[in-house]
Amino acid sequence: MAFLDKHKIIEKNASILLVLSLLVVLIGGLVQIVPLFYLQNTIETVQGMRPYTPLELAGRDIYIREGCYVCHSQMIRPMRDEVERYGHYSLAAESMYDHPFQWGSKRTGPDLARVGGKYSNAWHVDHLSNPEAIVPESVMPKYAFLATSPLDPQFMADEMKTHRMVGVPYTDDQIANAKADFVAQDTPDGDASGLIGRYGAKVTVADFDGKPGVSEMDALVAYLQMLGTLVDFSTFTPDASR
Amino acid sequence: MCAKPIKDDAKSKVGTTGHSWDGIEELNNPLPRWWLWTFYLCILFAFGYTIAYPAWPLIHRATPGVLGASTRADVEADIQHFDALNAPIKAKLVAADLMAIEGDDALKTYALAAGKSLFATNCAPCHGAGAAGVQGLGYPNLLDNDWLYGGAIDAIHATITHGVRNTVDPDARNVGLYMPAWSDKASGPLADMATAKLSTDQIGQVAHYVLKLSGQTAEEAKATAGAQLFTENCVACHGEDGKGNRDLGAPNLTDAIWLYGGDEVTLTKTLAEGRGGVMPSWGYSSASSTARLTEADIRAVAVYVHSLGGGE
Repeated sequence: MAFLDKHKIIEKNASILLVLSLLVVLIGGLVQIVPLFYLQNTIETVQGMRPYTPLELAGRDIYIREGCYVCHSQMIRPMRDEVERYGHYSLAAESMYDHPFQWGSKRTGPDLARVGGKYSNAWHVDHLSNPEAIVPESVMPKYAFLATSPLDPQFMADEMKTHRMVGVPYTDDQIANAKADFVAQDTPDGDASGLIGRYGAKVTVADFDGKPGVSEMDALVAYLQMLGTLVDFSTFTPDASR
Repeated sequence: MCAKPIKDDAKSKVGTTGHSWDGIEELNNPLPRWWLWTFYLCILFAFGYTIAYPAWPLIHRATPGVLGASTRADVEADIQHFDALNAPIKAKLVAADLMAIEGDDALKTYALAAGKSLFATNCAPCHGAGAAGVQGLGYPNLLDNDWLYGGAIDAIHATITHGVRNTVDPDARNVGLYMPAWSDKASGPLADMATAKLSTDQIGQVAHYVLKLSGQTAEEAKATAGAQLFTENCVACHGEDGKGNRDLGAPNLTDAIWLYGGDEVTLTKTLAEGRGGVMPSWGYSSASSTARLTEADIRAVAVYVHSLGGGE
């Protein structure tokens, strides 16, 4: 009983109890979190991942603002039914430039981790404007107002700088050309060589909503059309022992 | 820890916790043995579990666990298992002559079942769960016998494999080919394709001619003027009789089936602003991307779509 008698000291002194519980929680946290920063197999090395273009980044902000993550996950789990329906299971590397990640925890709608390129731009615009018109059984709200809300790239460079502070490798060149790239991605008959030079040939350049000017709809569809398309799976061999 | 025992209590041997409220005291009974042992066993189990399964972080990686458990290996094995089961029939499906699949009962049964679930996952978002498309928005109905590119299995198969006007597949149908925007106020790539600039009045005349073509009520004067404009500008794709051209994906204008709508307002909009629906490529693969569907899957969907009612 001597040990339990000593424990009584902790139980009877709130301050000691607090300090010691903090210590226990800290150790628990360190053991769980710190290894993720140094273990080599936490984030696989993959080809093709790049930081989001300014337009995609703006679309991602709208995705977060509208709470898309509440009903849509971006995390294909390694299970046969999910892989057969959505495609290759998600890799940690695919959300390495997400701050915060959009894995989500609930699927009222389908997973969006690999929705990029699955549908046409026009489909996304039609569907976001009035989901029930395309999918009668859908319970998704209407987002038609996105098409009539113009989007100003004024703060994109600042936002990219902020993302760089938390580890997204935006180059000075990319930040300096944020506004130009923002507009170039929505201008199919313009000169997109700068944008492609900075972000790679896989960047989709299109007038996403089919209307002049950059709207929130353009940005959101640009973001959706990029989702899950970046990693080059032809050069990726999964490490099975993870 | 034990306060002084209460002598006249049968349970006095255990003592009290020392807490006393208005003379009511709490007996200091030990925890039940079974509970305590379960607790200790749980702790023991936890250590065993971390040895059996991936757990402890080391320098380069976490301990893999002696059971070698891996969700990634599991899903791969799972998929391989079912792929292996389906491999013989899939191989047969790929080897079969497209037009002969429906004659083979085993193949047909498999293709219809596989095609149905593939359709629900991949095609239903645009063409609808029941394949009726979306009237007025340009998502074609696959249940009727009106086909833009042909309704035989090989034509359906080609359309699914390469898609329509997508930016990915160079073999897609109608790359760079659209219904032009004929309005003289239109601009952009669709307007550049128009061989003539039509005024609002002229577009109205063509619209009335198309109304007449499709057997709807039209103003005769406008339709007559529209016929001339139609001959000058539209017949290259839609044909002199307006029955369309499948090589160009130009729709038949003489029937009552419309992709975007056959009323005057919609016809005017179509003529003025142009159209150009896009369908993704499901079979395109390149050095850096894999096809969304395998050849066997595409064949299954083609057979399923062909079976929906309008197949030729």
